[in-house]
Amino acid sequence: MSEQAVQDWIRKTVAANDVVLFMKGTKDVPQCGFSAQVGQILAHLDVAYKDVNVLEDMGIREGIKSFSQWPTIPQLYVKGEFVGGCDIIREMFQEGELQSLLEEKGIGHRSAKMTA
Amino acid sequence: MPMDANEIERLIRARFPDATVAIRDLAGDGDHFAAHVVTREFIGKTRVQQHKMVYDALQGRMGGVLHALALTTAAPKD
Repeated sequence: MSEQAVQDWIRKTVAANDVVLFMKGTKDVPQCGFSAQVGQILAHLDVAYKDVNVLEDMGIREGIKSFSQWPTIPQLYVKGEFVGGCDIIREMFQEGELQSLLEEKGIGHRSAKMTA
Repeated sequence: MPMDANEIERLIRARFPDATVAIRDLAGDGDHFAAHVVTREFIGKTRVQQHKMVYDALQGRMGGVLHALALTTAAPKD
């Protein structure tokens, strides 16, 4: 894919899916601890999401960084908007902000608060 | 060792002179760091904006030589 085609593909993918996680590996077999952490949080909240394995496509791996102007992977998108990488998602989850965001955007999830 | 803690702190302080910066070497291997940055420049900014400002201060090293920097940011409480 050309760089432009990659950007178009990313734009379409985050528009067509409520929750998208660009990650190293897949939701079943994550290949990086940071990607795994975000996957675990989404699984804990029972959120349905599309996983995109950036290791399968160098164009997407670099393209997603310019799409969001964010230098690292994983990257979580909700309703087409970039929400954050691993640190931000973890912090938002611990503060209950991720749950509020999902609520606001009408994304189905388990609302149980983390007790640890 | 791709980058040491002092260098990370120096780059962040150069960009945010008022900042409180705490760097921890998580694994003792000079490769996995945690940084906590507090500066008045974060007031009114979202977390994504705050983190981007720190990544900018690191001048492209984040995601490159710096693979593992767990970052937390905050504006001063008062």
